[in-house]
Formats: sequence, C-alpha cells, structure tokens
Amino acid sequence: MSQEVTPPPPSVTETERDELRRQGILLTSLQELYTWGNSHSVWPLNFGLACCAIEMIAASMAKFDIARFGSEVFRPSPRQADLLIVSGTVTKKMAPQVIRLWNQMPEPKYCIAMGACAISGGPFKQGYNVLKGIDRFIPVDIYIPGCPPRPEALLHGLVQLQKKIQGFKLTGPDAPRHLRDDQPCNCPVPEFGEHDLEPPANPAVWTAPPAIVRKD
Amino acid sequence: MESPEQIRDRLLARFPGAEISVVTNPGIAAQHSLLLGAAHARAIAEFLRDDPTLRLDQCSNVTGIDWPEKEIVETTNISTPDPANPAAPPTVVEQKTKRLQPGFLEVVYHLYSITHRHGPVIFRQRTGNRSDEATVPSLTPVWRSCEFQEREVFDLFGVTFVGHPDLRRILMWDEFKDHPMRRDYVEPDDYEWEPTPHGAVLEKTKAHYPTPPAPAAVAPVKAAAP
Repeated sequence: MSQEVTPPPPSVTETERDELRRQGILLTSLQELYTWGNSHSVWPLNFGLACCAIEMIAASMAKFDIARFGSEVFRPSPRQADLLIVSGTVTKKMAPQVIRLWNQMPEPKYCIAMGACAISGGPFKQGYNVLKGIDRFIPVDIYIPGCPPRPEALLHGLVQLQKKIQGFKLTGPDAPRHLRDDQPCNCPVPEFGEHDLEPPANPAVWTAPPAIVRKD
Repeated sequence: MESPEQIRDRLLARFPGAEISVVTNPGIAAQHSLLLGAAHARAIAEFLRDDPTLRLDQCSNVTGIDWPEKEIVETTNISTPDPANPAAPPTVVEQKTKRLQPGFLEVVYHLYSITHRHGPVIFRQRTGNRSDEATVPSLTPVWRSCEFQEREVFDLFGVTFVGHPDLRRILMWDEFKDHPMRRDYVEPDDYEWEPTPHGAVLEKTKAHYPTPPAPAAVAPVKAAAP
C-alpha cells in the first residue's frame, strides 16, 4: 500500500478484548497474527565462531532451554534459518563467509551480535586480522554485550528481538525490510585486499562514528 | 633421558662435520636446546625419530622467532703501561666497539617420545637472513604433525620451508602481503578509538585523537558574600 493510512482509533479497548477472550471470542488483526507467529518461531542458524558459541549452546540445553521461546530448532542450513547469531570474534578471513551465510538466509531474517567481539572486535579490536564489528557489513538487530554474555543475556536478547518483531507494521513507511521493495536484503561480499578487506565496511549499513575529542 | 650435550656428542659421532651446538637457556626453566645447521637437519631429524634410545616420535610444537638486526656495543678496557715508569699504574683506555649482529629467523621444534614417555628435546634451525635467504629445510616428511605448524610459521614469519609438501598461507588469506608476526611489521593505519588504551595502543590513541589545546584561562568567579 502506497498511500498513507492513518489507523482508526481502536474502538475496542484492551480490557474489553480480554473480557471477550474469556467468553471464547478472539479478536485480532492480520498484523498481530503475523508478527505473533513470526516472533515465536525464530529459528537460529547452527553457527558459532568462538567462545560465545559455547554460551549459545548452553542456552539451547536443558538448564536454560531456549525452546521456551520457540527458538530450539537450530537449523544447519542458512536456507531454513531466520536468525544469525554472530557468536564470537569475526576474523577478516571469516567475514566474507559470514556475509555469504547472511545473504543465503531467506527473509524475514534477523541478526544478533553476541558478545564484545561481534559488536566491536572486543579485546582483539586492534588485531591485524580482526573485524571491528560485524555491523560494518550486515545490519544488526540486537547487540548483546558481554565477554562472553551469559545464556540468560542471550535469552534476554532473544526476547528483545521478539518485542521488536511484534512492533513491526505490515504496511507503510515503518514496515520492515522484507516487506518493502526499496531496501535490498543482500549485502555485498567484500574482497580480500593486501592488508584489509576491500571495502573495509558496507556504507549502506554502517557509517563511521564522529571523532571523539579527548578531554584530558 | 640424555642431556642435550650427550645428544650432541652422539650426533657428532654419527654425523661427522655436522653443525650442531647447544644453546643454553639461562632462565629458571633451563631448557637447553640444540642448534642444527641446514645441511644435516633432515638426516638428524630422522635419526632422532628412529634412534632406539631416543625415539622422539612426536613433534608437538613448531614455533617461529624473529631476531631483527641488532647493534651490539662492546666495551673493552685497554691498559697500556707507562714505558718511562714501569712501576706506575698503567693508563686504562675504555674502548667501545660497535658491531651489527645480522638479523635472522629461527624455528624451534619441541619433540617428545610417546614410546619412551620422555621429552621434550628442543632443537632450533636458523635462516641465513630475514629477506632472501629465509629458508630452512622442512621436517614435515619426518614428522607429519609439522605440516600445519610450518605453514603457520611461513604465514606469520615468512620462513620458507624447503621440501614442504603444501606450503601455503594458513591463517591469513592468500592475497595478504607481509608477515604480521615479524617485529618490523607495519599494520595498516585503521586505528579506532577505544576506552581503555594502554601500551602501544595508547601511542596510537595520542596520534589519532590529539589532546585539544587548553581552554583560555577563565578568571575565578568569587563566591557571593552570604
């Protein structure tokens, strides 16, 4: 839908809907149904990079049980996965493969940068073979800080992602990427250069932060 | 197990004319090692592996070390007695000589014996220099476990292993230039701000985010009288 649609004010309030549900009448909208189903079946890609992946595996086991949130099905193929959990240090040599995996995932797809390394390079940021954050090349939905984050933090990140998905609009300018035609779902894969990846970042998803002037 | 000196003597008896010396470790670990010349390294390695009393059948570790060119200043005291008065104390002249120790690359191998449960026996190989003669004989044909580790030393230090079956980069990508673990490696200038820099990173912080000029002195405001 191209024209602006202002939603009419809800004629049925939340309490009235709850009252009707108790009587066996379910009121919903297509958008609610869509985002509800979408947010409770986020299947992650079975993909780990470093020590954060151990915490991700722990989150999927019985004690933390990621299945409570509908994400127990770790898919071994990117064609069947909805969520890319970048769990660990992304080396410059590995970065093109991570971006290829992202490109092979069908929409709707989401990305969680798990841990300090995936966010910014972490303690290895100034290393000669370490990418300074995966958000330079692919759009990241949720950042989970920690070194590594506890499984509870990953579960919290997943719940935050579910809330984000539930806030999606099906139409209009706020619609997510996969429901629009004007935003590409694939990211260009960088080439290996003589010292760094070329280009070193994807300008469509990342711009350099403003320079920080030291106070001291 | 035999000491490195005993192994050296046995090797010299077996391979006359081979360049073998013992490099002592002055540290508390006192892990002395053998330094092998390139000419006999392969034959000596096979001997160490097959000798019935040593039988060093496992090479657990291959490491590279970069020794850049170093200027060494040696101080010598030259005493010349006074020819007129031999009883007088001689005049002592301190003479400093500078010499340039050429740089080289070193490869260290750690050997163990699974059969006899002893080890490690450590030996080293050195390259002629750090540029065009950076070669040592590969010992992958003797110990298969050297293959990836020699590739790593080749990748990060630039030592060419002659006789290696598959000498390619292993950690960096094939298009990468230079060898990042060498001491004179200059990495691309892509520094970004980080909250707690220290050491060499702090120097980069100062270069990239210089201290702004101090603000003009502001006259202190007197507190209003109560």
